[in-house]
Amino acid sequence: MGAVILMPALSPTMTEGKLARWLKKAGDSVKSGEVIAEIETDKATMEVEAVDEGVLTSILVPEGTENVAVNTAIAELDGGAGNAKAAPAPVAAPAPVAAAPASVPAAPRAATPEKDWGPTKTITVREALRDAMAAEMRADADVFLIGEEVAQYQGAYKISQGLLEEFGPRRVMDMPITEHGFTGMAVGAAFTGLKPIVEFMTFNFSMQAIDQIINSAAKTLYMSGGQLGCPIVFRGPNGAASRVAAQHSQCYASWYAHCPGLKVVAPWSAADAKGLLRAAIRDPNPVIVLENEILYGQSFECPTADDFVLDIGKAKVEREGSDVTIVAFSTMVGMAMQAAEKLAEQGISAEVINLRSIRPLDTETIAASVRKTNRLVTLEEGWPFAGIGAEVAMQIMETAFDHLDAPPVRVTGVDVPMPYAANLEKLALPRLEQVVEAARSVTYRR
Amino acid sequence: MPQATEAASKRRGKAKAPSLSREELLRAYRDMLLIRRFEEKAGQLYGMGLIGGFCHLYIGQEAVVVGMQMCLKPGDQVITSYRDHGHMLATGMEARGVMAELTGRIGGYSKGKGGSMHMFSREKGFYGGHGIVGAQVSLGNGLAFANWYRQDGRVAVTYFGEGASNQGQVFESLNLAALFKLPCIFIIENNKYGMGTSVDRASASRDLSQNGAPWGIPGEQVNGMDVASVREAGERAVAHCRAGKGPYLLEMKTYRYRGHSMSDPAKYRTREEVQKMRETSDCIETARKALLDGFGVTEADLKVIDDEVKAIVQDSADFAQESPEPPESELMTDILVEVG
Ligand SMILES: Cc1ncc(C[n+]2csc(CCOP(=O)(O)OP(=O)(O)O)c2C)c(N)n1
Ligand SMILES: [Mg+2]
Repeated sequence: MGAVILMPALSPTMTEGKLARWLKKAGDSVKSGEVIAEIETDKATMEVEAVDEGVLTSILVPEGTENVAVNTAIAELDGGAGNAKAAPAPVAAPAPVAAAPASVPAAPRAATPEKDWGPTKTITVREALRDAMAAEMRADADVFLIGEEVAQYQGAYKISQGLLEEFGPRRVMDMPITEHGFTGMAVGAAFTGLKPIVEFMTFNFSMQAIDQIINSAAKTLYMSGGQLGCPIVFRGPNGAASRVAAQHSQCYASWYAHCPGLKVVAPWSAADAKGLLRAAIRDPNPVIVLENEILYGQSFECPTADDFVLDIGKAKVEREGSDVTIVAFSTMVGMAMQAAEKLAEQGISAEVINLRSIRPLDTETIAASVRKTNRLVTLEEGWPFAGIGAEVAMQIMETAFDHLDAPPVRVTGVDVPMPYAANLEKLALPRLEQVVEAARSVTYRR
Repeated sequence: MPQATEAASKRRGKAKAPSLSREELLRAYRDMLLIRRFEEKAGQLYGMGLIGGFCHLYIGQEAVVVGMQMCLKPGDQVITSYRDHGHMLATGMEARGVMAELTGRIGGYSKGKGGSMHMFSREKGFYGGHGIVGAQVSLGNGLAFANWYRQDGRVAVTYFGEGASNQGQVFESLNLAALFKLPCIFIIENNKYGMGTSVDRASASRDLSQNGAPWGIPGEQVNGMDVASVREAGERAVAHCRAGKGPYLLEMKTYRYRGHSMSDPAKYRTREEVQKMRETSDCIETARKALLDGFGVTEADLKVIDDEVKAIVQDSADFAQESPEPPESELMTDILVEVG
């Protein structure tokens, strides 16, 4: 009896990959543990090891094939002497892997007339972040990058790809797993005027270093009567990735935005990522850049101009509308855009605001929108209590209360630690229907 | 150098004849093989999309946890990092419950809510399964503190990687354990790499077994690929702790064959390096040879064990696929203990 070899999932967020190379051909025998093929994902090239022994009877997916979905049959194996049953049976219905990143409709025309930066190019958020660092490092010898696996490994999420080669080991430095220690070291260096970029492998691990970020980086300018600034960037993926459970799935927007002395930005598109990170590196203050792992591989149009940069503290109206304002940041902007699309089908015109910057918060842009739509829905992955939605709603009460025709509604992650189980994880995160429902309720269409 | 440390380091290097009886070695072989086969199956289920997120396999390091567990008594506690499946099986937790947690099902040890990195069994003295590198070392001190406080003669075993050994809270914990003479065994599982960073690129210290020396904590380097060596060193550590003399540190020289987690392209080491370790130092092969050559065990005897292990693992995989996902009502439970 033959068995089928399936396209394996090699990472929490992988849904498809390129079958780059076969190291075996039909007729070859394979031993368990032997490398049979190489697969490329957007992050890395990986070797596929045989699980079972036997003879490869046929190759079903030729090398060079792109976008092979996880669990596609890629080859057939004849198990030989009583070995067949160990191969993954093709009939086993696999549980859904990582929820496929919501496919984002092609970025619509910018509704806010932003400065026209000229020609654009399609790049991933990953490339945008790397390009931003490279550009600033070329321009300013005081800028350097430290973090775990940023140099030789090229970044745990491959954001720093190529930087070691271009800038050398003094400016792109691998750190041991010592977040508290290396963050303190970077903050100290920033006190002398250097401009460190500190990559946290994920923001979950910044909690090891949060004392240095808040007590040292954020407060020293104030405590020194303005003498000792701290031009530093803390960046890395924030929020839920996929199926990595409670200690690795948390949104830190509200945590850091709470603190005076810090700026906090959260890019969605590649242009956001590039423009905001460049601004963060140039900013003379500590800036927290909250990225998102699921966005890293997504592509957007991004200006190619050498001097392209965005202002920290300015939101962007991603889509114009007249009936309801939906405020979101980071990956939730994508969901807000999808919701707006759905709502349009139902005759509700939604305006989508991409905050870009959490602190300072662009209350003016939100208020201007609410004065037009008279309704507000906020959307975030984080927890509701003292979250960004709470802050946005309160600021709108303070500045545009008379323009509200309905109480604002928050759509947030559920108030629980993130569960691991696939079904519960889905329930714990905001869902498209909830956003649509919230918009319908504030417009009294329910 | 403090006295205890000196004595311990003298012992280093003097490998004695294997100290395990036939029965002990058979048991160790079976336990190591169970972990190996379980992990291979987990890797396979991951590839099929049945396990999500991070999945860190223990393949290669089995002798460490199996050898240490042979030194412990019921009531002693164990705590470790996210590379925890082997530790759970070694403490006697059921393969079914572990595998079903990996697939995120209600039959898992955490009802599907914790996943690969977060499982616990109070009954077996297993306190997790922790995702934050280094955090379990302070927590392990807490387990030892409770034993010291209760004067109940128990010891706590805290496992962590050589990468984790650089974290600040690890050094704080060593001082605290020595200061209060806590019955805590620190096990550094030095598998040479923390993700893609080799130990010499992360630690200035060339002998991690001496990391507790400033506080007088005796330390030894141990061949962690040999279950008999682990067991011997473990007995010394346990005796020291049970006698109320305070903590002990063992640096286990070991190796992981697979990537850091499932998504590791492993470009930081050569295939030859991995192959060489597998061929020359594999803990299961070593035990197998010793059994066949030194104890008159036959291939047929071993086949019985192999079959038993295979059946347990297959049963756990079946269970892990049949057990349903947790009911939606589980989303909102276990957040706080209900009061009143
Ligand atoms: C505080 C913290 N920083 C970073 C990480 C990401 N991370 C997970 S495992 C790991 C490497 C740990 O290496 P080591 O301690 O040697 O253990 P091993 O994986 O080799 O068992 C890193 C950097 C984390 N989980 N927690
Ligand atoms: Mg290690």
